[in-house]
Amino acid sequence: MSDQVTLKDKNTQAPEDPSEYVVDLQGLEVFFELRKFGFQHAGYVRAVDGVDLRLKRGETIAIVGESGCGKSSLMRTILRLNNPTGGKVFFDGKDITHLSANELKDIRRRIGYVQQDPYGAMPPFMDVRGILEEPLKINGVTDKAEREQRIHAVLEKVKMTPVEDYLTKFPHQLSGGQQQRIVIARAMILNPILLVADEPVSMLDASVRVEILKLLRSLQDEFNLAVIYISHDLATVRYFSEHIYVMYAGQIIEKADGDDLINETAHPYTHALLAATSDPDPKNVDEFQDVPPGEPPSLVNPPAGCRFHPRCRYMIPGLCDVERPPEFNLGNSHLVACWLFKDNHV
Amino acid sequence: MKALRNSFREISRYPSAVFGLLIILAIVGLAIFTVVTIPYDEAIRFWRGAEDTIYKNPRNAPPVWYNWFTKNDLPASFDVTSEDTEEFTKTVTPREGGNTYDFSYTFDYSYDTPPQEIFLYIRSNYADKNPFVAITLKTPSGEEIKVSDFGATSRSFNFRFNQDEGLLKRLSRLHGRTITNAMQGLFTVLKSDPPAVDKGTYTMDIKVTGFEPETDVNLELVMHGVVFGPFGTDHMRRDLTTAILWGAPIALAFGLLAAVGTSVLSMLIAAIGAWFGGWVDELIQRVTEVNMILPYFSILIMIGTFYSRSIWVILGATIALNIFTGVIKADRAIFLQVKESTYIEAARAYGAGDWRIIVRYLLPRIIPTIIPGLVSAVPAYVFLEASLALLGLGDPTIPTWGKVINDAYQNGALYKGMFYWILEPATLLMITGLGFAMLGFSLDRIFNPRLRGM
Amino acid sequence: MADKQTKISTREQTQLAREKAERMNRPVDLSVTKEYATDDYLLQIKDLKLHFLTTRGPVQAVDGVNFDLYPNKAVVVVGESGCGKTSLAKAVLRLLPRNTGEYSGQVILRGVDTMALSDEEYRKDIRWVKMSMVPQAAMNSLNPVIRVGEQVAEPMIVHYGAKKSEAMEQAAKMFQNVGVPVDFLTRYPFELSGGMRQRVAIAMALVTGPDLVILDEPTSALDVLTQANIFNLLKRIKRNLETSFILITHDISTSSELADIVAVMYAGQIVEVSESHRFFSVPRHPYSKKLMASVPRLRAKEEPDFILGRPPSLINPPTGCRFKDRCPDRFEKCDVEPPIFRFGEDWVKCWLYEGQGETDE
Repeated sequence: MSDQVTLKDKNTQAPEDPSEYVVDLQGLEVFFELRKFGFQHAGYVRAVDGVDLRLKRGETIAIVGESGCGKSSLMRTILRLNNPTGGKVFFDGKDITHLSANELKDIRRRIGYVQQDPYGAMPPFMDVRGILEEPLKINGVTDKAEREQRIHAVLEKVKMTPVEDYLTKFPHQLSGGQQQRIVIARAMILNPILLVADEPVSMLDASVRVEILKLLRSLQDEFNLAVIYISHDLATVRYFSEHIYVMYAGQIIEKADGDDLINETAHPYTHALLAATSDPDPKNVDEFQDVPPGEPPSLVNPPAGCRFHPRCRYMIPGLCDVERPPEFNLGNSHLVACWLFKDNHV
Repeated sequence: MKALRNSFREISRYPSAVFGLLIILAIVGLAIFTVVTIPYDEAIRFWRGAEDTIYKNPRNAPPVWYNWFTKNDLPASFDVTSEDTEEFTKTVTPREGGNTYDFSYTFDYSYDTPPQEIFLYIRSNYADKNPFVAITLKTPSGEEIKVSDFGATSRSFNFRFNQDEGLLKRLSRLHGRTITNAMQGLFTVLKSDPPAVDKGTYTMDIKVTGFEPETDVNLELVMHGVVFGPFGTDHMRRDLTTAILWGAPIALAFGLLAAVGTSVLSMLIAAIGAWFGGWVDELIQRVTEVNMILPYFSILIMIGTFYSRSIWVILGATIALNIFTGVIKADRAIFLQVKESTYIEAARAYGAGDWRIIVRYLLPRIIPTIIPGLVSAVPAYVFLEASLALLGLGDPTIPTWGKVINDAYQNGALYKGMFYWILEPATLLMITGLGFAMLGFSLDRIFNPRLRGM
Repeated sequence: MADKQTKISTREQTQLAREKAERMNRPVDLSVTKEYATDDYLLQIKDLKLHFLTTRGPVQAVDGVNFDLYPNKAVVVVGESGCGKTSLAKAVLRLLPRNTGEYSGQVILRGVDTMALSDEEYRKDIRWVKMSMVPQAAMNSLNPVIRVGEQVAEPMIVHYGAKKSEAMEQAAKMFQNVGVPVDFLTRYPFELSGGMRQRVAIAMALVTGPDLVILDEPTSALDVLTQANIFNLLKRIKRNLETSFILITHDISTSSELADIVAVMYAGQIVEVSESHRFFSVPRHPYSKKLMASVPRLRAKEEPDFILGRPPSLINPPTGCRFKDRCPDRFEKCDVEPPIFRFGEDWVKCWLYEGQGETDE
């Protein structure tokens, strides 16, 4: 386990040894086929179009973007709930791109999944004990005493004590924060090495959000987990993850460490996102925000070249609308896919 | 346990549900009682109408409580045996070459109509020479009517009063007009017009002469009244009690098995189709659509006519034809929706396999929806079985309500005024249907809160 | 494009944004900012109560709410889920469900107590004539089988008896106001994106020219950029059409985009009303302080905090101050319900301010 994160520019270095990383996505593509009238082929939805991502143990990557940008598809592909149509997916050094469902069972045991809707993530007809027993039963823990002991241990980890009070409760009897804790407990019960959290707090109250995020952080520290957050809220994400990846229209357009992203923002889209994220500041009332015109493009027929170019005020004609920008390294592991930096990178 | 109590509290808010539930519990109680008191084999034996089970019963007799509705007091049946009944006295007088047995039975008769029939069973264990029997009846008005004398030509000889020609001739002479019914002749005041029953004490004297010293003779006197039992009898003298009581467990069993069988199988197949999608789903849907068009009642009639009327075959065919119906389509719609739930996605993420998801995560979601349908379907199947029996395609060996109605119809019950024969099973069928239907509708309102306003 | 800077920091972006905004604005109408005397209130809510009857007991969703609103100002009602804010909107607009228990208090609109009107009068004169509402997830509450233009035109036909052509003209004008292209008038809701549908819902609320629009979580289901667009729109409308807003939200950060006055709601009651500059820098009520501390900020260093415990149930609210079980500054007096302590137009309902502000008693 190394302390330093060293993301080297892939243009100048030999490929990394994949086993160093918990998750390694190389040129991942996830296309969904569109059908007209159920038969005719009508093009592809390019939900994820060439994504590289590397995550080590003990680190967090947050994937930020608006709805429709493909972050959910990306996350589900990491979990192999979707099938990638191109590129490779490595998990803990093993190529899982084309594994079958049976082979994946061993992988799935090591990934915990926390979803956005805490109530929907639990079967409403099972009590807490039943919900937590399911992953154990499915993955071969046959001894009832052992299951009970593991359930107790994990509930204490998520601070749902006294444990006996909660074992017989049903999901609708718990508050939002408590429900999410149970979901986190279920994700942790198989001792995963990776946690994938899809907007884990966006459906919770403001006062509870930070509590849950701090819990996730402490679990991460204790178990040296790798964590991937999906979020649309830059403000929360900034506190709880080292690396932030910004996604737009199926592509990752900027990768930076938290502070760099905010203080040394590069990509114009990131600028727009940051500007539109308000802090509670009374001066906001008198200011109109500058929002890039238009809307995110359709993923069926995306614009040529850089996908943001129709909305970008800094567009360079002849370049931005023709060729897709590669990732430029701005130093300190800050990468941006934007032609504005073609002459100014490391 | 707490969930059960909660559901009861919920149900008790709907009076129709409580009423329906009470009816169902009554029918179930009746069924349990029946199965315990009259074991199945007994019931079949009764229903087959073996001689020894029915000889005590009158033919086509209305039930005893019929008396409450009629002006006339109708006679009930009785039977007495010389061994068991004290009042049936037996005196043995030995003489040379054999014994003489004097039997005497005194009884009160104050009904308004004569009995239907009297049988006298003579049981003797002679070797070669059969005994000789002479019967006399003393009426309350003091007449002493010679009934008959004959030889008991078998070891278990049955003398039927109504079939003795000599008796009829004697009675015609005594009454001064032609008597066609021996009972009427014996039990009415002589020469009364219109015939009035002679009420009072009668004594029947039977003198049996045996011609062998070791012969022993015992008699059994059976008088068939006009009314019999709580439910009456049918044309084959069978006590309808067996059929009426046993109709309950059979109807319930058929209805419940059919309803549960079709519901569970429909649910499972819908889940499989919805979850796996692709050609499996398409195949199931096409089969369903074809099956929905087929007229299943007609097919059942065909099976009953050409193949077999056994109730198990009919039950199996019913279930098979009723699985692929609109219920599958409705269930599938719900499953398609539930399939997209967040918790199903989570289950896939922690490694749940297809079958586990179907059984542990999908099916429990649909149970509240199918329960009202299941309960409401039971009476449909009960009526189906009864309808088939009514058409003559029911299982002839099993006593069911439908069979009783069929017998009644075949024997012209309505023309002959034997309303009880049809009304008893029909009423029970209706009550069963009503109970389940009321409970089913209320459950529908409980489980589907959107219907609560209605 | 003349800028040849390669890295643009956020500060410079904001500066650009501000300059552009000033170019876009019309001159500020000074008449809007004059001081108002107390009887120039647009809306005064006094001791408003709305209780719902449930099988578990009466839910005291709105339990004695008071606040006042000047014209052309926006009040943001901030609170967590379950504090009764949506019920407050329904109480003000008299959109009552079937299981309503107690419904009392005064809602005085330009001097007229609307609570005293009958249901029919209210429907004809007040609702959607003087006050209207954009409900939560409004973009999902458009009728999917009617074209959006007709839906926006409908209030004109119903309340003003306008002919269809006039109403459609008004609808077209509204579309322009909210930034929806006019040729969308003939489209169906499913043909529009989420942001567009929300704008249509806002147009529907504005078409009759009401004095007050209540918005219930207008942007919680939308993306950040779309959110910014909607708030730009609301700011413009506030200025140009002289409409007042009551914005109900749980999101303090976005509330600062529109708020002139902030009202904090907790467990069915308003516990603080402060002018926005004051509120965002030095909130008064301990709950407000904790709320502000729990907001993650993009541009600040401190890690956010959280509040222990849960809001109380509205069926059996605690006696005394409802926040006392979670308040770090609780003391003995808190077992008695605190009165309102006024500081000019602001007020707070907390014993900690006894002796500082003026009370009503």
